[in-house]
Amino acid sequence: MASNKKYWKSEAELNPNDSIVETLRHNEFVQDIPVDEFLGDKENLASSSTNRRDFLKYVGFSTAAATLAACEGPVVKSIPYVVQPESIIPGVANHYATTIANGFDFASVLVRTREGRPISIHNNTDAKINASANARVNASVLNLYDSTRLQGPTFNGESIEWSGLDAAVKKGLEAAKNSGKQIAVLTQTYASPSTARLVNEFKEVYGNVNHVVYDAISEDAALNAFQAKYGERALADYDFSKAEVIVSFGADFLGDWQGGGYDSGCSKGRVPQNGKMSKHFQFEANMSLTGANADKRVPLKPSQQKVALANLYAKLNNSSVGGELSDAVAKALESAVASIKKAGANAVVVTGLDDENAQAVVLAINEFLGSKAFDATAPKYTRQGNVKAVNALISEMKAGRVGAILMDGVNPMYSLPNAADFAEGLKNVGLSVSFSSNVNETSVVTQYVGAAPHYLESWGDVQMKKGNFALIQPAIKELFDTRQFQTSLLKWIGSDKTYYDYIKETWTANVLGSSDWNEALHDGFYAVSDAVVMESVPVVAAASVIETEEVVATTEIPLASALRSLASADTSGMELVLYSKTGMGDGQMANNPWLQEFPDPITRVSWDNYLTVSKADAEKLGFVNENVANGGLDGSYAKVTVNGVSVSNVPVIIQPGQAVGSIGLSFGYGKKEGLKSEMQTGVNAYPLYQDFSATQNVSIEKVAGNHEFACVQLHKTLMGRGDIIKETTLEIFNTKDAAEWNIQPMVSLDHQEVLATSVDLWDSFDRSIGHHFNLSIDLNACTGCGACVIACHAENNVPVVGKEEVRKSRDMHWLRIDRYYSSEDTFEQDNIKKDEFDGLTGDKGSLSGFGELEDPAVNPQVAFQPVMCQHCNHAPCETVCPVAATSHGRQGQNHMAYNRCVGTRYCANNCPYKVRRFNWFLYNNNDEFDYHMNNDLGKMVINPDVTVRSRGVMEKCSMCIQKTQKTILDAKRDGRVVKDGEFQTACSAACSSGAMVFGDVNDGDSKIAELKESSRMYHLLEHVGTKPNVFYHVKVRNTEEV
Amino acid sequence: MKKVTYRNQFSKVLGVSLLVCLFFSANLFSQDETTSAGDAVKGKSLFNQNCAACHSLAKKMTGPALANVETRLAEEGLDKEWIYAWIKNSSGVIASGDAYANKIYNEYNKAAMTAFPTLSNADIDDILAYTAAPPPAPVTPAVATAVTTGDAQANGLSNEIILGALVLVFGLLVMMLFMVNKTLTRIAEANGIAVEKEASQKRTPIWKAFVKNQFLVLVSVIFLLLSGAYFAYGWMMQVGVDQGYAPIQPIHYSHKVHAGDNKIECKYCHSSARVSKHSGIPSLNVCMNCHKSIAEYSGNPEGPSAEDLANGYTNEFYTGEIKKLYAAVGWDEENQKYTGESKPVEWVRIHNLPDFAYFNHSQHVSVAGIECQTCHGPVEEMEIMQQFSPLTMGWCINCHRETNVKVEGNEYYDKIHAELSKKYGVESLTAAQMGGLECGKCHY
Repeated sequence: MASNKKYWKSEAELNPNDSIVETLRHNEFVQDIPVDEFLGDKENLASSSTNRRDFLKYVGFSTAAATLAACEGPVVKSIPYVVQPESIIPGVANHYATTIANGFDFASVLVRTREGRPISIHNNTDAKINASANARVNASVLNLYDSTRLQGPTFNGESIEWSGLDAAVKKGLEAAKNSGKQIAVLTQTYASPSTARLVNEFKEVYGNVNHVVYDAISEDAALNAFQAKYGERALADYDFSKAEVIVSFGADFLGDWQGGGYDSGCSKGRVPQNGKMSKHFQFEANMSLTGANADKRVPLKPSQQKVALANLYAKLNNSSVGGELSDAVAKALESAVASIKKAGANAVVVTGLDDENAQAVVLAINEFLGSKAFDATAPKYTRQGNVKAVNALISEMKAGRVGAILMDGVNPMYSLPNAADFAEGLKNVGLSVSFSSNVNETSVVTQYVGAAPHYLESWGDVQMKKGNFALIQPAIKELFDTRQFQTSLLKWIGSDKTYYDYIKETWTANVLGSSDWNEALHDGFYAVSDAVVMESVPVVAAASVIETEEVVATTEIPLASALRSLASADTSGMELVLYSKTGMGDGQMANNPWLQEFPDPITRVSWDNYLTVSKADAEKLGFVNENVANGGLDGSYAKVTVNGVSVSNVPVIIQPGQAVGSIGLSFGYGKKEGLKSEMQTGVNAYPLYQDFSATQNVSIEKVAGNHEFACVQLHKTLMGRGDIIKETTLEIFNTKDAAEWNIQPMVSLDHQEVLATSVDLWDSFDRSIGHHFNLSIDLNACTGCGACVIACHAENNVPVVGKEEVRKSRDMHWLRIDRYYSSEDTFEQDNIKKDEFDGLTGDKGSLSGFGELEDPAVNPQVAFQPVMCQHCNHAPCETVCPVAATSHGRQGQNHMAYNRCVGTRYCANNCPYKVRRFNWFLYNNNDEFDYHMNNDLGKMVINPDVTVRSRGVMEKCSMCIQKTQKTILDAKRDGRVVKDGEFQTACSAACSSGAMVFGDVNDGDSKIAELKESSRMYHLLEHVGTKPNVFYHVKVRNTEEV
Repeated sequence: MKKVTYRNQFSKVLGVSLLVCLFFSANLFSQDETTSAGDAVKGKSLFNQNCAACHSLAKKMTGPALANVETRLAEEGLDKEWIYAWIKNSSGVIASGDAYANKIYNEYNKAAMTAFPTLSNADIDDILAYTAAPPPAPVTPAVATAVTTGDAQANGLSNEIILGALVLVFGLLVMMLFMVNKTLTRIAEANGIAVEKEASQKRTPIWKAFVKNQFLVLVSVIFLLLSGAYFAYGWMMQVGVDQGYAPIQPIHYSHKVHAGDNKIECKYCHSSARVSKHSGIPSLNVCMNCHKSIAEYSGNPEGPSAEDLANGYTNEFYTGEIKKLYAAVGWDEENQKYTGESKPVEWVRIHNLPDFAYFNHSQHVSVAGIECQTCHGPVEEMEIMQQFSPLTMGWCINCHRETNVKVEGNEYYDKIHAELSKKYGVESLTAAQMGGLECGKCHY
């Protein structure tokens, strides 16, 4: 029965004469439906002859036509060379030795090219110095194929010809010379003998030339201290493999401290051999890679580090200097002093404090110890930046005494703390030229911009360490109309030599002696033998007049006053410690999506920089971190102020191990100019880098809003599951049976406790025949540096997915490095706590206890664990795949046939290690993912031997089957057996610390077979019974207390 | 196709033997007289060995055309002694300041001719004889092919005859049956036996009976569906299989002429097949190794066969294709120089393996020693290159199942072969037993 009820829509309806009600009754839609917007012009539509039937005909026809057209296969064209270069065989890779020297990273590398395209960077293992490519160097190959690169010289943003630029620059230089003004050459650190010689020749031609070397992240204090003591502007070199005791005050020597490259040496001493390993004390504010790997880490504000350093010196000399230290710190210092005294010459002390006094004290301590790891006779030249000279230049510019400025490899407008002064000064300079590979903050304010080639397109030479030379050779012809700075200088001084000839000349005259140039070029490096008394080859152009006076005036820093000033450092107030992130360095590779997506080893956050704050300070200031409902990590914003300069909206991460009273912020982010919008991440920390000091007194306050992080690891602790990362102390390792510290998991079978490995659901294959690949990961040697992550990226065409997707846990890295914090002071205490749980509630109740275990300690122990597909012999993923897309190979690799996969994702769900990655989208050829894989240039980095995966398929680590198959094929073709060490994966090849070793365990004499027999060997989640082909080595810590 | 009767052949043999007789007599005669005339047949082989890389008879190449060079030089006032000296040590003659020698030297881009001190005067005479009058091309092979083709034709004919006879026999049988039936009916009528025709008319039509029999309907529907599915599957599996794909290429490159007629080794041009995953389309500089001196096609001296003619494969056609190569590589035939203006050839790729399948030529060619023809078919007979094999996964797998791994003399296989043959109890191992069926061996 219909209801007679009348529903009133509004009060107005009570009035029957209301005009509005009347109108509404006739008009169903109050406003016209905006059909125009989607049907176009109304008139046109009305007069259109296309009626509904015609429309359907068209639809039908086009569908049919498209279907028919799809029946025909595409015609693929193949275009061979007209004249094939002798060295290139299509399908076969070539390797060239070269060197990266971009002012921040210096390393001898091998470039792998396919059909003439560089596709990846490898370690040049033959080189003695800086032979390890870090994550950034591994990723640098992608910068070559950046579509945003400058493709030719410009004048005020307009494209010009090089000839036009040359004419204008020459004119400008002549004008500057005639007016008696200074010509400034502001460059990165080259450490290049040829460039130094070239700049000197440039000086001869143009007279008043001032060459200023500028490092974005300066090591000025260390350089000054070294210069004062040894008379040469250089950095002492350290060989940590020779050190039994390492004491570091804020030196992140596993990171970028003093140019980096120390991690492989350090790792050598960290693997217990004959019952011995190095002991490492770290006093630091931020949680750094080095601190995370230390045996004893003491969180300490920079000012307190100074006091501690002064006290260490005093204690070694059995004197005292005063200064206040807390009991815990004093105790740790005492223990460090005892260790140093015991080790004597086998100890080494380093510091990363931007303080000449501190640096001087450290040099004095190492001298006094006679440290074997310390080398001042053959120092390093990889940092040359001179703060005084830079500041002097800026004031000269402002005073209008600079007629021309030439810049190369620097971006002062971005990286100078006083960029505004520089900009002001630049206005008074008659001619400004900058060389840059991309548009950047500096290039937009200079008149002329020279498009600089990538280092893989350039010639060059480097003297990284005294007597150790390296050559830079191009691996590809210049992609664009670029020209390097040195070639331009040669042009401007009227020389018709190429820079190649110039380098060869320098080397023949000064470096090579009787050695062969071609051999040096082939090797990529040349070391002057120790026996030869070497003459120093200058790497810096002779200092100009003003500078020389200052240098002469510098005398050795008096130790007593240095100590006094250190000991009396003001330790009150909040301190900011600026640092360089493993992924981004000084920020010159901010346009590299691999590095942007690279998760920071410590915080595991990608696509961001952030303020690291201790838990205590966060509570005080009201900062929070929370995991929100969609699985992402959110954090508060802060405003950071140093001497009146503020950086606002800095996201905050609560960092376990951060020294209370200190905060950390990394350089390298917040770039805007010339970057794709996706790459414009983070905040710029350089404005806070006042007086080029990484430590600043700071004030912070909370500001409104929440920041969305893209963090790939939300769970921070191990929850007492000691079988995931097994660890022990050196003492126990040396004295007790392996069964006690490398506990084998047991399961119950027929009510009997038996070894988990003895129970099996499956029949085993016979794996004794042929190759059987295993990968060994030594948790002692692994520093967590992440070079393997990027190497895997490059080798396996792993796509970049972007910040939004990473936040949704859709990151595609085949290899991740898990980082765990302990909840108690040590992991061992976590294990004990978990084992002692008794009941649900109460003091030892598991309900509250597990909650507590989720929180990392104030100063936790840290462990890194690289996890990739474990290639289980009894793989859970294989049994659940409904289409048999993943199957097991006899050589131990778990295969993944992408073309067979239908994307059910059962395998990922059944994988206990969570290493499988699903392609949610088509990441190549897709402009939604603007990370170089969507344009022709970016695709040139793709490895042709590995399939580029499409949407809807699973992918995962293949144990670089393309590399193992290649090695086998090479051996077959040569008719020989495979030699040990020939088998490599991308990660094991990239690992310079020796943590990852790959090989064939069926080859009894191989290193991997030996490692598998080690008492430290264990498998991840052994009790699951998956029998993985990846194994780990128990981490041994050199600590007494556990 | 050539149709040659036996009578014709006979006359040709006669002709050839007559020619040979005349030739020899002339030879004997000449030897008696002087040393001036050489043996043109011997001269031809010497010419091809030593001179053909830079000289042709009719055309300018790296060096001048050599047809009737002796008479040409005689006109210049140069005698045989000069020729001997020049051939044995050309740079010596140039150095001596000889006017004509220097003129030639400068004319040909100062490319000094290789010295041939090993050639005797008699050898040079032979060569000169050849340049004066090249001997006729041998004709016997053409006869041989004619005979074989004749045989093949006979076979084809006999097949047709047999088939025709069969049809005739069956036709006769049908007619006989019909007549027997008719006779029997007539006999039955004569004997007064009535043939019941009405009964059959009352019977339900067969389709109704079929519809009523539900079981039969079900069975036949299932049968139809299954067979339909079978054929549909078969047809669908053909999608993307391009067996027989023979696209038109920008330059008509005949594998038949190169690999077949001239017997050029496959890997001479596809050299990267030995060491790389790609067999590689030869770069144009490889073509020019030979085509610098082969500017014209003269493959069939008798002119093109009827079949070739029908397709337009005349000598002129092939020569035209060689000119296309010259245009692409930028070779100036007149001046025997590269112009530097090249135009890469856009070949149409025939064998298109998908991105997810990894195939390595060197594994199969160098390690396994498999003939190229195993997968690519009789390339030496293909005028237009085509895809011979289906290149499907089933095709790959079958071969891996059936083919034994070539382990002999390869140290790599020593250990694994010993162990595996013990395990499987076999002497030779197939690629499958070696692990060649695993997914990851080809898909990564």
